[in-house]
Amino acid sequence: MPDPILQGPVLEVRGLTVEYAMDRGTVRAVDDVSFDTGPGEFIGVVGESGCGKSTLLFAIAQLLTPPAEITGGSVTFQGRSMVGLTDRQLAAVRWKDLSVVMQSAMNALNPVKSIGAQFKDAMRAHGVTSKSEIDGRSAEVLRMVGIDPVHLKSYPFQLSGGMRQRSMIAMAMLFTPDLVIMDEPTSALDVVAQRSLMVQIKELQQRLGFAIIFVTHDMSLVSHFSDRLMVMYAGQVAEFGPTRQVFDAPLHPYSIGLLDAFPSIRGPRLPLTGIPGAPPDLARPPAGCRFAPRCPKVMDACRATPPELYVAGPVQVRCLLHSPDQNLRNENPPPGSATGSVTSVAAGGPGGNVATEEGSADD
Amino acid sequence: MTDAPAQEGPDTTGTGPLLRTEGLSKHFKIGNALSRRLLHAVDDVSLDIGDREIVALAGESGSGKSTIARLLAKLYKPTSGEIYFQGQPVSRMRSRADTLHYTGLVPMVFQDPFSSINPVLRISHGVLRGLKLHRPELSAAERMAEAERVFEVVGLTPAAEVLQRYPHELSGGQRQRVGFAQALALRPKLILADEPVSMLDVSIRIGLLNLMARLRDEEGVSILYITHDIASARYIADRLIVMYAGQIAESGPVEEVLAAPKHPYTQLLLSAVPDPRAPLDVTAETDRGEPPRVIDPVPGCRFRWRCPLAIDECHQATPVMEELEPGHAAACFVAQAGAEVKAF
Repeated sequence: MPDPILQGPVLEVRGLTVEYAMDRGTVRAVDDVSFDTGPGEFIGVVGESGCGKSTLLFAIAQLLTPPAEITGGSVTFQGRSMVGLTDRQLAAVRWKDLSVVMQSAMNALNPVKSIGAQFKDAMRAHGVTSKSEIDGRSAEVLRMVGIDPVHLKSYPFQLSGGMRQRSMIAMAMLFTPDLVIMDEPTSALDVVAQRSLMVQIKELQQRLGFAIIFVTHDMSLVSHFSDRLMVMYAGQVAEFGPTRQVFDAPLHPYSIGLLDAFPSIRGPRLPLTGIPGAPPDLARPPAGCRFAPRCPKVMDACRATPPELYVAGPVQVRCLLHSPDQNLRNENPPPGSATGSVTSVAAGGPGGNVATEEGSADD
Repeated sequence: MTDAPAQEGPDTTGTGPLLRTEGLSKHFKIGNALSRRLLHAVDDVSLDIGDREIVALAGESGSGKSTIARLLAKLYKPTSGEIYFQGQPVSRMRSRADTLHYTGLVPMVFQDPFSSINPVLRISHGVLRGLKLHRPELSAAERMAEAERVFEVVGLTPAAEVLQRYPHELSGGQRQRVGFAQALALRPKLILADEPVSMLDVSIRIGLLNLMARLRDEEGVSILYITHDIASARYIADRLIVMYAGQIAESGPVEEVLAAPKHPYTQLLLSAVPDPRAPLDVTAETDRGEPPRVIDPVPGCRFRWRCPLAIDECHQATPVMEELEPGHAAACFVAQAGAEVKAF
């Protein structure tokens, strides 16, 4: 097993920008996204439909098709640039070093081929021709995900939804890749199957040491599994930091709103409000902060100044409330707004102890 | 069985539950002539829904919850059993007028707001058509006024303007509100809502759930809320019914069922709900089983293969619902024997 500490990042994404050329104008679905993924790291990417999370993932895996196109930035996987690779060069990397688990296993699996035949295809494409090796490895990966190898002879329709998703994950494990990209692999499953699949993914990761980028709309799903969490809004990173930190003390009003939108099965039954309004049309994004029209803490500056990603301790957050420029956040936010601890930013800013007296009174 | 329904319960007087089912079953024939088999989608379900009450029907996919909604909406004919609405057996409503009257009082809101509204017609079409069909006494102007009233109730404002829009101009959350407005225009007693929020984004869901609670509190409508999301069920429902493999496993006041679940399956379901506020032990033993497809079932508890507490009795007989606390019932031999059930 690789030692996760001694190596550099598996994946480096820098300023990645993806645009769709539409009749009504250019839609920038992913806007200047940068992050690293370390070996064996689990990164969760959450956001609402249309926030660009799936486009980001397709861009990393080089699966975009027109009218979507990478118009800026770089994706570096294991030290080599992925943008602009030919199909043949990509084919050598796919499945072997980087694999993708799609949302709908029913559509991703070939309905007229048995599971075993599809495993065989993937292995032969990468030069494994020995029948005993193919059979042995196929049975091994199926066992890893808790499916009896007799199902190598089964066709996708003969398996339940949970088993189909697990066999997709088994297929992604054929060559023990360094990075597995997952696009809502559990969204078609009910809670019980969903949880057992998440636990299984985490166990496999701990055993084999691969990194995961996991896209989902369900923030609570990744809460216990991911190391770092990226919250996306309208094509941009709204907040990115250690998962526990983001859950316990969310800084961006959008993250706070998302977390407060989940009713809990424990504790008192509190009335919740959700987030009013709808995400912006990305062909005509708002001039300032893209969340400003829905934000409960909106200030005048938000409507004019697009916020950058500011560093607040271990977290990056795109919100003027956390800007080091005091002029931008000096307007009085509405009373009762809890912004969490931003001491590290405030200390770096000029005379900045503005936000420190606000306690983190989130419920 | 329809000989003397009036003698079966005290609810014919109008003081009983709004809707009650008795031994409701729906079996589907599958296979070909050589291997004819029966899929028991819903088996022997008896439930009731009171006035101004939100009842959540929860369970895994394939547990029969949508089949129950379709049975109650008269989209399916029951294989056996009876539905009583305001004390009257629904199977007796055979004429078109009776059926229209019933479906107006018990309308349905569907899961997918993108395929349940005709994309080429204005939003007003669906609600006006429902009004014309179910409330023929209204004039055209009255129908429009009523459409505007219900649109305002569900928060689609300005109502007159929204009614003139096309479906693609509305977001998913707004479309689902249209579904509730269409149901509400019929002056319903009970709305059958089949996973009404599962396709919506998290930030929008709460608004719809709040709307459902408001319809109960302000319009006096009962709602059967079908969901696989226990947390949202807790948020709005008064009572919770948990289904497993076509049968009711447990039912009771929602807080009681969640605080002290009696059936091992309910416990499994609750343990699987992701809760960011609770610590998680990844190494904890979790259930890896799958819900059964109930084809030609043999007697015995349908959960026994996944149940760590199963005893001999569970393999021999099918447990029936038994009240263990006031209003709180479960179909589990172990719980009924008075033992402490702690399966998951």
